[in-house]
Amino acid sequence: MSVVTRILSFLLFLIPLTVLGQAQTKPPIRIGMGMALTGSLAANGKAALVSMQIWAEDVNARGGLLGRKVELISYDDQSSPAAVPGIYTKLLDVDKVDLVVSGYATNMIAPAMPTIMQKKMLFMGLFGLAVNTNFSYDRYFGIQPHGENAAVDMSQGFFDAAMSINPKPKTIAIVGADAEYPAAAMVGARETIKKLGMKIVYDKTYPPNTTDFSPVVRAIQATTPNVVFVASYPPDTVGMIRAANEVGLKTKVFGGGMIGLGTAAVKKQLGPLLNGILGYELYAPEPSIKFPNVEKFLVKYQARADKEGIDPLGYYLPPYAYAIMEIIAEAVDKTQGLDQKALADYIHSHTFSTVVGDVTFASNGEWKKGRSLWVQYRGVTGNDIDQFRKPGKAVVIQPAYLKSGELRYPYSDVRN
Amino acid sequence: MDSQFITLFLNAIVAGLLLGGFYAALSVGISISFGMLDIVNIAHPAFIILGSYATFLIFTYLGLDPILAVFIVVPVFFALGLVVYNVYYHSFEKHGSEPLRGLAFFFGLLFIIEVTIVLTAGVDYRTVATSYTDTTLKLGPVDLPLRLVVPFAISMLMVLGIRWFLSKTYFGRAVSAVAQDSMALQLMGVNPVKVKSYAFAISIVTAGVGGALLIIIQSVQPSMGRDYIGLVFAICVLGGLGSVYGTLVGAFILGIAETFTATFAGPSWAPAVSFGLLLLTLAFRPSGIFGR
Repeated sequence: MSVVTRILSFLLFLIPLTVLGQAQTKPPIRIGMGMALTGSLAANGKAALVSMQIWAEDVNARGGLLGRKVELISYDDQSSPAAVPGIYTKLLDVDKVDLVVSGYATNMIAPAMPTIMQKKMLFMGLFGLAVNTNFSYDRYFGIQPHGENAAVDMSQGFFDAAMSINPKPKTIAIVGADAEYPAAAMVGARETIKKLGMKIVYDKTYPPNTTDFSPVVRAIQATTPNVVFVASYPPDTVGMIRAANEVGLKTKVFGGGMIGLGTAAVKKQLGPLLNGILGYELYAPEPSIKFPNVEKFLVKYQARADKEGIDPLGYYLPPYAYAIMEIIAEAVDKTQGLDQKALADYIHSHTFSTVVGDVTFASNGEWKKGRSLWVQYRGVTGNDIDQFRKPGKAVVIQPAYLKSGELRYPYSDVRN
Repeated sequence: MDSQFITLFLNAIVAGLLLGGFYAALSVGISISFGMLDIVNIAHPAFIILGSYATFLIFTYLGLDPILAVFIVVPVFFALGLVVYNVYYHSFEKHGSEPLRGLAFFFGLLFIIEVTIVLTAGVDYRTVATSYTDTTLKLGPVDLPLRLVVPFAISMLMVLGIRWFLSKTYFGRAVSAVAQDSMALQLMGVNPVKVKSYAFAISIVTAGVGGALLIIIQSVQPSMGRDYIGLVFAICVLGGLGSVYGTLVGAFILGIAETFTATFAGPSWAPAVSFGLLLLTLAFRPSGIFGR
């Protein structure tokens, strides 16, 4: 056999192998996102990414989606809204991802929307408050369980709980950070307050980098409100509660949309200072809360948390980050494709069974029926976070169908 | 005046002084490096956060209170300051290319420190729970939260100690001299590079101590230093760069302005009032209150 014949024979032998190889190694389904891995939102951003990675491992272990492996592509948005449009442009134009999900929080979702809308992509939002109100984009879906009119519905449970006290409260102080989420939460709160006929005696905002909140709490105290509603980010939440303790705030109900209460870091910092606060959680190990498979997910998440330097409990955001991916997976599986319109139509028209329970979306992409858990912290002793793994420390007050206890008041008494 | 107004007024003053005292600890290092040494250490706030994390690690693994942790933080940050200055000197200052490239060096250092903290300690908020964190003393109508009183006391000791050191000791006067005329200092047989390296190390020590105080007051996360960049520079410029007393006075002014605005006008006005005061001062005294 001549050398030329040998080479030709070898090449002919390779052809079927190559064809077979192409069939077996289909390109992965690539899901892109910007995520806060550094900066002020990184604590939740990294926890969300780890949760999504757990989902990707789970789904790949089951053979992937449409017979293809799933690959996550993420870039650090540095908690900077300015970085977000560039990240999504790169994901869509350079990386050519098949699907996109948002980074964490309102400030990171809103700047991505114009790019996403231009490319007509399905967009799953991770904890944005009323982001779609101004965009009205029919392929946006938010996973935070606030309800159809998110800005108003998110605090509805707080006010339902506050109005259950006897006599009914008449005056209220509202305060929040000068930022996207607190602004939206305060707009919603004002609307509810107006409906309830309460009188606002203090309504102010503070700069996000405030160090000492005691002057703010003293000014609130001077107006003697029956209820104090706070919309804050984690550092401010801690500062505000510490200040309330230092000043000896006297009010009947104290709490609100205080982000961070659901995280282990804040729970550990505040310890017994949490007692009496009416805040919102998204999961609590109360007997009234039973989401299928959430405990199974939390076991996987908690096993990694320490190594990754993220929230060791994972009650706040991680199950919802996982649920976003479950919803995408079901839509892809049922529509048997990656057509963005078909996926959005499917998500609009179906109820999804996820680790955070059943999820049905309204026409604006928010949850059709809100389900934020308004809890009152009680009996917290010391700063050990393991106590929050058991029932009784974050008692569910609202919604009524999930409640595990009644609101105790006034705050000034319950705190001690 | 009713008693409620008097209570609010007194508390605003006391809270402002306590806050200002803490701000002084964060700012005095900037005053030394920028005002006395002409070193554009824009990474100073990152060193503050590094100090917070060092304190957190000492607290977590050695069980030492942040006040005691300072005794470990001081020598470690002094050594770190010497290393950073020597890298800066041999890479930039020696060649006379320090102004813009030096700025880029320290800007890069800021990000390196931030990412190093992220990779080693994670991104979650970190804090220390001391026995005094949630204790508040009452002095008549005035609240004295130990969470602020302890950092205030340590800060005063540090700032006044640095002031004494710079004005009363031979080395301290050499630091002042190197800022004014390093050539003259060299002609007198003193090595200005050595003086600057020690002085820079002292400025980094103040950042480390400031970080230890910060984590007593509130929880920290790796990028938090950025929040303090505007504030610490405003204090130094208001007081006069290079003046330790100026830094102290500037910190008190901004601290009191912040608490008064938050109490009587609304906290969102605090930055506007603080920076308005800064602009007003600079209009009449462009070099700051104690600047020359």
